[in-house]
Amino acid sequence: MNSQKKYSQLRAMLAITVASLQSTFRNPSAVLFSFAFPMFFILVFGFIGKGTISVKVGVSAKSDTANAMYTMLKSRPELKLTLDESDAQMKDELEKGKLDGVLAFMKSSDSTKPNLQVTLQTSKASAEGGAMIQMFMMHAVDQANLASAPEIKHVAELRTLEVNDHAYKSIDFILPGMLGFSLLSMGVFGTAFVFLNLRNTLVIKRFFATPINKAYIVLGEALSRVLFTLLTSSFIIVVGYLVFGFTLQHGLITFINMLFLSFISLFVFMGFGFIISGLAKNESAVPPLANLITLPQFILCGTFFSTSFFPAWMQPIPKMLPLTYLNDAMRRVAFEGASLFQVWNDILVLLIWGVVVYFFATKLFKWE
Amino acid sequence: MSLEKKTIISVQNLVKSYEDFTAVNGISFEVYEGEIFGLLGPNGAGKTTTLEILETLRQKSGGDIKIDGLDVDKNQNEIKKIIGVQLQAAGYYPSLKLLELLDLFSGLYNVAIDKMKMLALVGLEDKAKSKYKDLSGGQKQRFSLCTTLINNPKIIFLDEPTTGLDPQSRRNLWELIRQIRDKGTTVVITTHYMDEAEELCDRVAVMEAGKFIALNTPDNLIDDLVAKGFERKKEVKKANLEDVFLHLTGKEWRDA
Repeated sequence: MNSQKKYSQLRAMLAITVASLQSTFRNPSAVLFSFAFPMFFILVFGFIGKGTISVKVGVSAKSDTANAMYTMLKSRPELKLTLDESDAQMKDELEKGKLDGVLAFMKSSDSTKPNLQVTLQTSKASAEGGAMIQMFMMHAVDQANLASAPEIKHVAELRTLEVNDHAYKSIDFILPGMLGFSLLSMGVFGTAFVFLNLRNTLVIKRFFATPINKAYIVLGEALSRVLFTLLTSSFIIVVGYLVFGFTLQHGLITFINMLFLSFISLFVFMGFGFIISGLAKNESAVPPLANLITLPQFILCGTFFSTSFFPAWMQPIPKMLPLTYLNDAMRRVAFEGASLFQVWNDILVLLIWGVVVYFFATKLFKWE
Repeated sequence: MSLEKKTIISVQNLVKSYEDFTAVNGISFEVYEGEIFGLLGPNGAGKTTTLEILETLRQKSGGDIKIDGLDVDKNQNEIKKIIGVQLQAAGYYPSLKLLELLDLFSGLYNVAIDKMKMLALVGLEDKAKSKYKDLSGGQKQRFSLCTTLINNPKIIFLDEPTTGLDPQSRRNLWELIRQIRDKGTTVVITTHYMDEAEELCDRVAVMEAGKFIALNTPDNLIDDLVAKGFERKKEVKKANLEDVFLHLTGKEWRDA
């Protein structure tokens, strides 16, 4: 009876993928979360992190600056010297932690004491910065003393060798974190909103009236998410590499490995999205649920800062969350040049999460 | 009813029950090839449920249904290939352009179409590059009708296609539906508007609480009532307010 060619589910699925991609590119929040936010964070952290660590030091206006030590300090890039403020003002800033230390250089008229008296004030408000400038000044004073007595025999000498042949830049930490941010946002928010909207606007019901099978509808939508996300991930990596000098240890292979990790993690994160789209009755119920899943992971999983800063009692928490393993795997692959086999433990944890998440997703997913 | 009419939809004793109520309670009817068949009735009478079961979008609880000889339980995908469906509310990606949506449906039905020709059928050529969400109510209904025709179906199902439209859009949509019928497509339509049913439908079924309480041509139903001695309270004038309105504002589509 039917003289038509055999119906191709694949062709129907790809039609959905194309339409869904077009729809996603016209959705401002999808573009914002996957392109704009990560790029903005990279930009901010990329520029903040440029150069090495620096300390801010006030120099008392009463100081005698006509000496070799001051000239040397002025030339050091890691010291940001503030000169034109009153002593009271500097003391206030020191107490608030805006300055790491305040220096005063005084010529001594007492011939029993060294010629130059250097006073360093620090405060607990900036303990780390204070300690750093203190070490720096001790070294500077030693150097000055040695220079005035070159005949002294040295008893020890220090040589510093850097182990890595390339520098770990802040972009090398930030960019993988931002990829994680983008993947988790897109996976959870994107999937949840899209399926809820398809259901509520009856788009999916209209699909049911065509000969496509239900599974291919989900596959078509999922494929469009995957393509969109691989595109945004590539964009973030390429911009990071070209503009901020992001390290791709083995070039193209590292890039492909990162995309592979993106794919696996997106698959897991989309499961959360499916669960939420099943639980949420309407659109306003999506953000609280989605934030519940994404926010703790953004903060706790080494997205913006390393988990090593956390106290010991908190350490087990990131170890339970999937984003931690994605971030870890991304950083090892990109910077250390690890292969996918070498990060197998990270991938395994992600896949275990995938099994758990999809177990619930298939139970909770709603068609209508 | 003459014998030469060919049955394209046959429904025997259809039942649809939910946990706490019965939406459709044992209806039987036939739809003939090439007619416009109307399902009338107040809200909640079971019109949409019946339609969605015929469209294979809902499972029935009991009864037998054949669509062009195909069983709705066993041949869902085959049935979907030969029917066109217009849902009561929108069912399209809002931010996609009409041409893009037609590409989508041409893929979903696995058919190649001339997109501009399809849009021309419903007078939307000028809107080819507009997004669906930017269309007016009447344009959305016309586009929806357009997507039901993509697979060149034998039967189209229209669920309240003219609800919320202005008089011009309604009349023009009727004209479109008649043209589709004249090309040989069977049309099953639900509506709240009796003028629409009278004007458009070859036969109508009146539904109430899940049952059919009447099934005949609009003319016969009216004649039957008149034969029982029914008279309108007020003498009908030769024109009504809608005639006045259309006379004053013209018959062209307002939102084209």
